[in-house]
Amino acid sequence: MSKTFTLDDKRIPFEDGQTILQAALAASVYIPHLCYHPDLEPHGSCKLCTVKVGGRQTAACTLRAAEGMAVESDTGEINAQRLALVQMLFVEGNHFCPSCEQSGDCRLQATAYQLGMLSPHFDHFFPNRPVDASHPDFLLDFNRCILCSLCVRASREVDGKNVFALAGRGLKTHLIVNAPSGKLGDTDFGGADKAAHVCPVGVILPKRRGFAVPIGERTFDKSSIADYVASRHGKRGGEK
Amino acid sequence: MTAHDATRPAPPPAGAPERKPKLATVSLAGCFGCHMSFLDIDERLFTLIEHVTFDRSPFTDKKEVGECDIGLIEGGVCNAENVQILREFRQHCKILVALGACAINGGLPAQRNSIPLSSLLQAVYYSSPRLPHGGIPDDAELPLLLDKVHPIHEVVKVDYFIPGCPPSADAIWSVLRDLLAGRAPVLGHGMLHYD
Ligand code: SF4
Ligand code: FES
Repeated sequence: MSKTFTLDDKRIPFEDGQTILQAALAASVYIPHLCYHPDLEPHGSCKLCTVKVGGRQTAACTLRAAEGMAVESDTGEINAQRLALVQMLFVEGNHFCPSCEQSGDCRLQATAYQLGMLSPHFDHFFPNRPVDASHPDFLLDFNRCILCSLCVRASREVDGKNVFALAGRGLKTHLIVNAPSGKLGDTDFGGADKAAHVCPVGVILPKRRGFAVPIGERTFDKSSIADYVASRHGKRGGEK
Repeated sequence: MTAHDATRPAPPPAGAPERKPKLATVSLAGCFGCHMSFLDIDERLFTLIEHVTFDRSPFTDKKEVGECDIGLIEGGVCNAENVQILREFRQHCKILVALGACAINGGLPAQRNSIPLSSLLQAVYYSSPRLPHGGIPDDAELPLLLDKVHPIHEVVKVDYFIPGCPPSADAIWSVLRDLLAGRAPVLGHGMLHYD
């Protein structure tokens, strides 16, 4: 008989070593998350996956499941905190959805829909972040970076290239490209890289694709991120 | 989908007051796209007009906002006049609604925010071959530009938000119906869009 823990009112089976998030997703139960990817080591930085275990807040993507654990996730209190986190991500960058090629396929946007975000609530930073169009096949639009480090981890752990890094501290944290010029065009980054396909927002974009799939017919126009993620994980035991 | 059903009348306002609620609308730093989308409620406009009186709005061409129940604001604030009108709306409207992306996050006009205003004016009025002797307009009639374009919630308290560029006619209709029925509006999946 497999071990289980409870997530809200559901009983979730797990295998030793699985995190709460991994077990929940395998059982087709959605917990909001942005910096987690099934193929990469957890980072525990976005805090969207925050749950309560024994009255304490913890990241579901880093805490291993244990027999009999009682986990709270889909509560008004936790979702309100998740919403505030997403609102802060929106005001820290420049997230102008109507002009973004990733709109409708963006996990930040879809997570905000999921949490019912109607306004960014906070004052906007309107930072100045120039784009990098130096690579022949990919564009970097730093305005949308949420510092999830998925590209950093993918490039380092899977591609063995170390193209990206997070530099600076605190509010000044930003994504850099590891080249003397700082330009993507001066790295060995390529379309076959894992790092080219993990950005949850619209920073790392293939050129000449644009609006090939029209707005309104995209992934999260058709289904909520909760349904989409839960079904993909549950059926295939892992996301793309 | 009930939001499409033009034949079904909007629910009566809560408490059924004698007087029809007043609705005002304005476009600040917007493109009137949200107003066009509002007009896209099509024949539901007839239902709406049974339940509200339009105050200041491009639909009435009334220039001053009176005491209103609901004010819809399209666009963010990019100049001093926008700020003044926005404050007047806030003073006169019981419920203030931000309509569309520009009102909510600055939208397209706010894409100028990372460029200093002086460089922008120089680029537009001195480097355009069509305006060889133009100079930067400084007529006293012209409202002073703000250094940045701001969403309206950074200037006044906003009660409700209808995201979208523009919000769909169904989303606008759904919020208006809820407000007129005295309910807090809810925009579920399919109605909630930022693009
Ligand atoms: S570029 Fe994308 S994947 Fe990389 S840190 Fe920024 S948001 Fe994350
Ligand atoms: S997904 Fe767990 S902290 Fe980001």
